[in-house]
Amino acid sequence: MDYIIITKAVIFMLALGGFLAFAIVLANRKLAVEEDPRIDEIEGILPGTNCGACGQPGCRAFAETLVAGSTNPAQCTVSSDAIKNQVAQHLGVQLSQVEKRVARLACGGGSHVARQRTRYVGMESCRAASLVAGGGKGCAWGCLGLEDCGVACTFDAISFSPHGLPIVDIDKCTACGDCVIACPQQLFSLQPVSHQLWVNCKSLEVGDVAEAECEVACTACGRCVADAASGLVVMRDNLPVVNYSLNHFAQRPIIDRCPTGAITWIVDGDKFETGHEAKRVIRQSALPIG
Amino acid sequence: MHTFSHGIHPDQAKLTAASPIQRFPFTQNYVVHLAQNAGSPALAIVQAGQRVLRGQVIARPNGLVSVPVHAPVTGTVKQVGTSLDFNGKPTPSVLIAADPSSDQQIWQTHPQDFVQMSPEQIIEAVRDMGMVGLGGAAFPTHVKLKAPPGHSIKTLILNGAECEPFLTSDHRVMVEQSEDIHLGAQILLKATGAQECVIAIEDNKPDAITAMEEICARQGDKRIRVEVFVAKYPQGAEKMLIKALTGQEVPSGSIPASLGIVVSNIATAAEIGHLLPLGIGLTERVVTITGDGIRKPGNYLIPIGTPLNFILQEVGVVGDPYKIIFGGPMMGKSVAFHDSPITKGTSGIVIFAQPQVADEGQLYNCIRCGACIEACPMHLEPYRLGMLARHHSYETMVQDYHLFDCFECGSCSFVCPSNIPLVQQFRISKQFLRDKERHV
Repeated sequence: MDYIIITKAVIFMLALGGFLAFAIVLANRKLAVEEDPRIDEIEGILPGTNCGACGQPGCRAFAETLVAGSTNPAQCTVSSDAIKNQVAQHLGVQLSQVEKRVARLACGGGSHVARQRTRYVGMESCRAASLVAGGGKGCAWGCLGLEDCGVACTFDAISFSPHGLPIVDIDKCTACGDCVIACPQQLFSLQPVSHQLWVNCKSLEVGDVAEAECEVACTACGRCVADAASGLVVMRDNLPVVNYSLNHFAQRPIIDRCPTGAITWIVDGDKFETGHEAKRVIRQSALPIG
Repeated sequence: MHTFSHGIHPDQAKLTAASPIQRFPFTQNYVVHLAQNAGSPALAIVQAGQRVLRGQVIARPNGLVSVPVHAPVTGTVKQVGTSLDFNGKPTPSVLIAADPSSDQQIWQTHPQDFVQMSPEQIIEAVRDMGMVGLGGAAFPTHVKLKAPPGHSIKTLILNGAECEPFLTSDHRVMVEQSEDIHLGAQILLKATGAQECVIAIEDNKPDAITAMEEICARQGDKRIRVEVFVAKYPQGAEKMLIKALTGQEVPSGSIPASLGIVVSNIATAAEIGHLLPLGIGLTERVVTITGDGIRKPGNYLIPIGTPLNFILQEVGVVGDPYKIIFGGPMMGKSVAFHDSPITKGTSGIVIFAQPQVADEGQLYNCIRCGACIEACPMHLEPYRLGMLARHHSYETMVQDYHLFDCFECGSCSFVCPSNIPLVQQFRISKQFLRDKERHV
């Protein structure tokens, strides 16, 4: 008796299994999606950081657009030249030249030159501090130095000076833009590494008022505007703005008469030099609070 | 007595509940912010060097959600430019130097009789007097009074709960200006077309309840009545008031008008009742100045634009204050700049000489005790939101855990035994999402 029931059950399960296997095979044939095998291959070569710097939501999406031919391997800012070449060869396309960009901070107000009006107590985060009385820094536009950008950087490209300012390692920076979003003061922007003229301040205050809060603040004196080729540097809301479409006119003498060193000349990609007439800051300790 | 579920019972510390409202002296320099209301800032219509009279319009509204600004003092405009607000951010403002020889007579347009006016005229008059919600959010009152299309207002709630610890300005206004409040309620009833007006008061203010009940009985207006609420934080939040009074919840992402209700601060009603019939603009407000860091705590009638350092000097600050908060200790904001002025939304200034409980505790990990869930008046899951915020999963916080229903009352942070700064994390998350939207 039991023997028959077991046999029946086994036969039923085998038949059911066979039927479902058939259904799966049918579905696999009928509903198959044709996908270019190169997408998987390219994705394997790409760094897989999913940083979004190329403008696509991730490496897979970037691989898809690469295979479709709508973008160039050079758009990936994270991978090395070797990897980009490998991708280009694999796809049989010419590697275009895209200039390397890096994140640049527009603030020189470390704790040794910028005044802190109030002691901030709370979460160790720039964004948290910016929500509580602006972090208590005298300059409303300045770097708060609580390292939100360093936390956001997945490439370990941001370290901090003894005065609390972030320093971008241009070799490690991939211009992914995470720090640009992380900074509540909006001090970071992505700039081509070849641009040497750089306004290292965001303060919209003028003259003594600006300098009282930060010794290296732009005082809107306008000397850089006067010394630059016409249209290269314009004064907007008390802050010089460089028109980088005229960057070929940029020369070092533009910064020389800046009294505070707010406008800088970048040498070798990461050395910020100030003009000859800029005041020299020799203080190393932080300014007292108040 | 009405109440809502969840919430907390912080130490009330209403030190100034018995001190009558005093007029604050005039100073030399006033900083009048043009962005005193929620919405778009007003546009200055005066120039530097121009003489202005107290109560004269110095800035006109810019757009629908905007109100004019009136000169708080007779004097000369020194500068039309920017100054730093208490967040340290630059904001458009008008600097006025007071005329010391002036008697500071307030400038009136013409008396207005609201009985003769149509609801539209009343709403316009409310806007012209520069009226905003005086509870703290400073939302323009005239926008609230007009029901959105498709809705009609049935109930007007005047919010005299004042659940924030330390603050007593609304309390004193109810005790001393009950007639103004009653008249203001009648004006607002006419403007909104509501059939009933509920004056909501917490049971820890018996003298205010008596004063308001007396005036209601004396005037005999059947539409206006007093309802008593259990003293619990945050009873004064408009969603909690509606929940406690009617049992209804304001739908997520919606406004009380969708339930036919308008909630207005009691001090707003008092100012409308006092100023509108006379045709005077809003130039001063009652501010509670309290805390252990000053010698003369009290409730003061202060001209808008009075800088903080003058106030500190007048009330006798003890040494170097540890912390100064605009608003109450639960939802107020710390001030970093002693030259920031009083605005229309400043209901109190709390000055602490010593670090308070919340500033000291060491941070521990979340132990999933659920105290924050018991406390959250919006029935959210703060511990979970906090964990997501720590891992920067801001989108999940919005989609699955209703981050934007949080109105930042601070109950969760208050009860957290691990001292996790939950509200701070939520505010960061909200700001990050707003910033990100701007970047995209």
